Amino acid sequence: MARYVFLMYDPEDWHDTVDEQGVVDEFRLHEEFMTAVVEAGASVVGGEALERSSTASTVRRGEGDPMVTDGPFADTKEALGGFYVIEAPDLDVALHLAAVCPAGTIEVRPVMEMPDGV
Amino acid sequence: MAALDEVFRRAWPVVVASTARLTRDLDLAEDCTQEAFEPAVASWSATPPDNPAGWLTTTARRVALDRLRRDAVLARRLPLLVEPGGADEGDPPPTDPLRLVFICCHPALARESQVALTLRLVCGVDVPAIAAVLLTGEAAVARRITRAKQKIATARIPFRVPPEEDLPARLDTVLTVVHLAYTAGHVAARGALRDDALTERATALARMLVRLLPDEPEPPALLALVLLTEARGPSRTTSDGDLVLLADQDRSRWDRALIREGLVLATAALRHPRHGRFALQAAVAGLHATAPSWSDTAWAQIVTTYDALMRRWPSPVVALNRAAARSRLEHADLDEVLHDIDALAPDLAGYPYLPAARADVLARLGRSDEAARAYDDALALTTNPTERRYLARRRTELEPSDDR
Repeated sequence: MARYVFLMYDPEDWHDTVDEQGVVDEFRLHEEFMTAVVEAGASVVGGEALERSSTASTVRRGEGDPMVTDGPFADTKEALGGFYVIEAPDLDVALHLAAVCPAGTIEVRPVMEMPDGV
Repeated sequence: MAALDEVFRRAWPVVVASTARLTRDLDLAEDCTQEAFEPAVASWSATPPDNPAGWLTTTARRVALDRLRRDAVLARRLPLLVEPGGADEGDPPPTDPLRLVFICCHPALARESQVALTLRLVCGVDVPAIAAVLLTGEAAVARRITRAKQKIATARIPFRVPPEEDLPARLDTVLTVVHLAYTAGHVAARGALRDDALTERATALARMLVRLLPDEPEPPALLALVLLTEARGPSRTTSDGDLVLLADQDRSRWDRALIREGLVLATAALRHPRHGRFALQAAVAGLHATAPSWSDTAWAQIVTTYDALMRRWPSPVVALNRAAARSRLEHADLDEVLHDIDALAPDLAGYPYLPAARADVLARLGRSDEAARAYDDALALTTNPTERRYLARRRTELEPSDDR
């Protein structure tokens, strides 16, 4: 088994337009996703939804004092809105799950596995 | 010697694949295969063993075991190939090379990496030759191959033949890569018009796919397309090495045996209820191969076949070929064809056959000045010296313009 992080990117106007029913629907989609994960012989080992990127602060550490700026590291049309940590047997299973993960764009990244004792 | 080359070519993917099952590391498998092949290439010219692939596999696996024992500590730290069927047990199954093809052509790898890995690991092409195919430097190719192998191990791309529900899509990627490799040999980027070593390896790979996936309709269709194209090989250049287009080729020099084999495969592929885009492309190649001459070609049928392709697998290249075929119909409206070609320009920027097709239509319309400019555009995008000479010659042969 290996762990993969699913980084979920979406346009953020969702936050402006969503109504109560929209939130309920969204929750249902995530429940369906978690059921699909279990059915695929994988498991959800972590994950969070994030507040919108306008609430982010970015700290850059360079040569001198750390610089704090308002907003996300990368200002993109589709912003990072949440993530899952999924344990799956291989990349094929992970990619099949990403295809049913409720987000517009999903980046799948393997977690760096540390040797024992590190 | 040619027979021995053939032996090595067939054995290479078998040895890499079954060594990979042991090492569970593609890099090490490739190294050990190379190490097994080198002494064999040197000593077998006299007496090759009865079962060359078996001999080479045994040798490569022995080398691998030695290395693994020596580097036991290192081996434990390597991220290993994921083998859903369990690790190495007993004799390698005959479908091993197939797993190698599917891992090299995994959709999570970039197309260039798929091509580079397939040529290196499945076809045994060396890095300088791959660099020529991908129009890039040797160091860049070596880096690309290394990174792709790292991704396979780190992201755990599994070493297996995909399950049935994924097979059509995964196979399509494989066939696309094989076709790209063949095309890169059919019109080489540098040197002579063709790179025979590359077309032979791509053809051999297509044959291997037919053998190992007997129930799939598209591998024989791709093989048919390749063979029907290959049949024209000798007539594509003059004795001076100048390019001869299909329109002007001496059809008596076409390889009848290849055409027969291609037609049988193409016909069977087209009858298959699940036939795909390669069956239709093979159909077009078959219509050309059976035409008595360029003017007596079944252009209407060719256009119909391109229409079918466009309905299910639309692509700008198919649209361009369709426009070119339409320009050959009786009473073709060349202005309309030109309009269609121009509409494809944004999608095919950098594709030399678009300005070349445009130049041809403009010349037939008597608009020589514009045709000359289109030939210049095509020349600027064409690297193959034989094709460049052809385009330059066509440009000088243009009649003075009718319109001025």
